[in-house]
Amino acid sequence: MSELLNTSKLKPESMPLWRRLARSWQLYVLALPAVIWIIVFAYAPMYGVQIAFKEYKVNLGITGSPWIGLKYFNQLFSLPNFKTLVMNTLLLSVYSLLWSFPVPILLALMLNQVKSKGYKKFVQTVTYAPYFISTVVLVSMLNVFLTPSSGWVNKIVEAMGGKAITFMGDPKWFRTVYITSGIWQGAGWGAIIYLAALGGIDPALYEAAMMDGATRMQQIIHIDLPCILPTVVIMLIMNMGGIMNVGYEKSYLMQNSLNITVSEIISTYTYKIGLLNAKYSFSTAVGLLNSVVSFILVAAANYISRRVTETSLW
Amino acid sequence: MKKRNNRGIAVRETAADRVFNIVNITLLAIIALIVLYPLYFVVCASFTDPMVVNQGGLLLYPVKWYAQGYHKIFAFKQLWSGYSNSLIYMVLGTTVNMVITIPCAYAVSRKDFVGRGVLLKIFAFTMFFSGGLIPSYLINSKLGLRDNLWAMIIPTGLSVWNMIIARTFFETSLPSELLDAAHIDGCNDFRFFFQIALPLSKAMLAVIVLYYAVGHWNGYFHAMIYLNKESKFPLQLVLRNLLIVNQVTSSSMTDDLLNRADKIRIAEQLKYGIIVVASVPLLVLYPFLQKYFTKGVLVGSIKG
Repeated sequence: MSELLNTSKLKPESMPLWRRLARSWQLYVLALPAVIWIIVFAYAPMYGVQIAFKEYKVNLGITGSPWIGLKYFNQLFSLPNFKTLVMNTLLLSVYSLLWSFPVPILLALMLNQVKSKGYKKFVQTVTYAPYFISTVVLVSMLNVFLTPSSGWVNKIVEAMGGKAITFMGDPKWFRTVYITSGIWQGAGWGAIIYLAALGGIDPALYEAAMMDGATRMQQIIHIDLPCILPTVVIMLIMNMGGIMNVGYEKSYLMQNSLNITVSEIISTYTYKIGLLNAKYSFSTAVGLLNSVVSFILVAAANYISRRVTETSLW
Repeated sequence: MKKRNNRGIAVRETAADRVFNIVNITLLAIIALIVLYPLYFVVCASFTDPMVVNQGGLLLYPVKWYAQGYHKIFAFKQLWSGYSNSLIYMVLGTTVNMVITIPCAYAVSRKDFVGRGVLLKIFAFTMFFSGGLIPSYLINSKLGLRDNLWAMIIPTGLSVWNMIIARTFFETSLPSELLDAAHIDGCNDFRFFFQIALPLSKAMLAVIVLYYAVGHWNGYFHAMIYLNKESKFPLQLVLRNLLIVNQVTSSSMTDDLLNRADKIRIAEQLKYGIIVVASVPLLVLYPFLQKYFTKGVLVGSIKG
């Protein structure tokens, strides 16, 4: 008892380090499973990335395989379709970001203005639904909806006087289909985070604005937008990190021999070359390049954002 | 004073605001319709004569009721083994996810946790940089995490993003006075976590469970890499092989039909039926958790 009183009187900062550590040992126990997991399943693979510079032999393992320098990177850069791969990856994700990023924000702003709770909930329930559909199901739906002969989308195109389009087999359409279906699937769910931010705005701001005669539109521009800006910036930086890792699950499913010139992106290529053709070292080199570029993108976005908006991830 | 102001404002809704409201509500209705129609179409098509569906046009309700597809689906063993595998992976996987994620999220939410800044950075770094597919594959193979149940559970054990959401929630929703009071009453950290922090965080827990569960239920890529035995395939992998790789026509589902026309006819409908059967569990489940969504998702910066 006396010890307890003693510690509670002391300011934690003034305690010696070992005391503070000992006092919160239970917190370390709570953190332990995650720490072990991150070491084994995130940092050990990072250590394993050295095989990009090695001639990986299964019997020698990661550490035992002989060093080979930049052979695989040279091989990668001299690949005839290297430029196409990089461009496909960049274009797919930059266009995705450009088109898909603003939609959830707009949707959240619109939903936030709805006064009827029932109607708001209805629209939310509906727009969340596609998020719960798997990529496999989504792509199968695209396949059946978009076939030139019988898909209903093409029936609409024809009814409007157009010619049936082979959406899934035309490289020109790959990105459009990919992005549009992505917006359909993710916009509602993506709006949640902005709705949470909008919900946290002090009502006094609106009251003051209304008293000054601000219209709804003016309230959105002068209250809503500035208040959710930090969330927007954080989400944007997070998305920058995803640029090089644009949805391989979906691209891989949407790939076919007709659209491969556009749909082959770095991550699908890593999978094919690495696991299907068992070129471990080469594939790791491709993956490493990808990771480095995506890390640079996040760091750059973070740096710019810290300078410009004073919001940053770290 | 305040009341009078409020009443005044309510009356003063301008013409511009009324136009805004009408446009806003109409646009949202159109959006809802666009989102809903493809889903509605699939359900209708799964009960409609495939000939009608193939002639195209919009379906507003099932025309020429025809449910043969569902008979085939319910008799198709592979699909149901996929279903039960997915259920196991989802329940077990999500449990492991929560056990790894939540305690650590709580620990790093505590300001008096020495070294939390460093630890958070160690975690956050993995969100932006990873060893990549092959090194992970080699490590997991070495650990024996291939072609068995644990290969689907352990390597997907933690999502740092979810941990950060959980941490931010703990940080913002548990006042430090609560902890101080509990400490003075002799409550230790374990007890505070299990008996105070967790019960106060149900909204967040619901959201994180949902995030993880959806990930387990809907993913196929991880299974495609780590599983070879068909008997272990989760639903999505079965679906992929059925709907995208082989197409249903050539699969064993329609083998017993001798007539080729019948085969194609049923195969077309099977696609819709399978989509419905595969998507129903989550689509039925999520509206019940919906009230927690906005409350549970609070993302601040990772700065710690």
